[in-house]
Amino acid sequence: MNEAIKLTYHISGDDFTRAGEASSDVKKKLKTMGVNPVAVRKVAISMYEGEINMVIHANGGVIDVILTPTEITMVLKDHGPGIADVDLAMQAGYSTAPDKVRALGFGAGMGLPNMKKYSDSMKIETAVNVGTTVTMVVKL
Amino acid sequence: MTIEKIIEKSGFKVINEGKDITQTISKPFCCDLLSIAMSRVPANAAWVTVMGNINTLAVATLTEASCVILAEGIQLDAPAQERAKSEGITVLSTEMPIFEAASLVQKIIDENTEL
Repeated sequence: MNEAIKLTYHISGDDFTRAGEASSDVKKKLKTMGVNPVAVRKVAISMYEGEINMVIHANGGVIDVILTPTEITMVLKDHGPGIADVDLAMQAGYSTAPDKVRALGFGAGMGLPNMKKYSDSMKIETAVNVGTTVTMVVKL
Repeated sequence: MTIEKIIEKSGFKVINEGKDITQTISKPFCCDLLSIAMSRVPANAAWVTVMGNINTLAVATLTEASCVILAEGIQLDAPAQERAKSEGITVLSTEMPIFEAASLVQKIIDENTEL
């Protein structure tokens, strides 16, 4: 793997029957490529949480996954409502997920904290009523 | 301890037989909140939960759980049943509460280890 490889996924909003498919596909591809299992697990967890956030909060969006020989970058871009208070959203246990989403087992308020914990770096660019772009990097 | 031995010794009902029931089971794990399970399910776990929807199966796949055990008589809904088949995930079911089901799995593992 000498050159960068880019994978793009379009995530549907409010469709919980397909949520997680993009993360599962990335995980399978990384395993096939022989990426080390620790990095694969970190990518799978952080991307899944981001993907679920897009489905719950942002009416979907686009995820780009860029692989280079040294790192995996995930860029999750949506045109959802934005995050009014990022520090508050980052607190473990804080959630604005609606009841119907909680009934599915989500809404524990662990999504963003898990994304930060399992990626080596995370950047959130957000504007209310414009959208959010989350960039996460996992080192290889 | 393998999935097929757990099936044989526990009496749990097989809802979906996955692609490899000779896979090892490391330990039971209990949790119904998916974000917590996502970051905490140990590799090759027998994940005991009452969440029988498609998202449970996505998390089971991503965390490489060996099988999902649905407690309290919970069944998979139709989309989840499809996903279990397509992903080859073993899903078992029992009328037991979560703790009792997980305890039974641990007991079977312990007894097997002593032999």
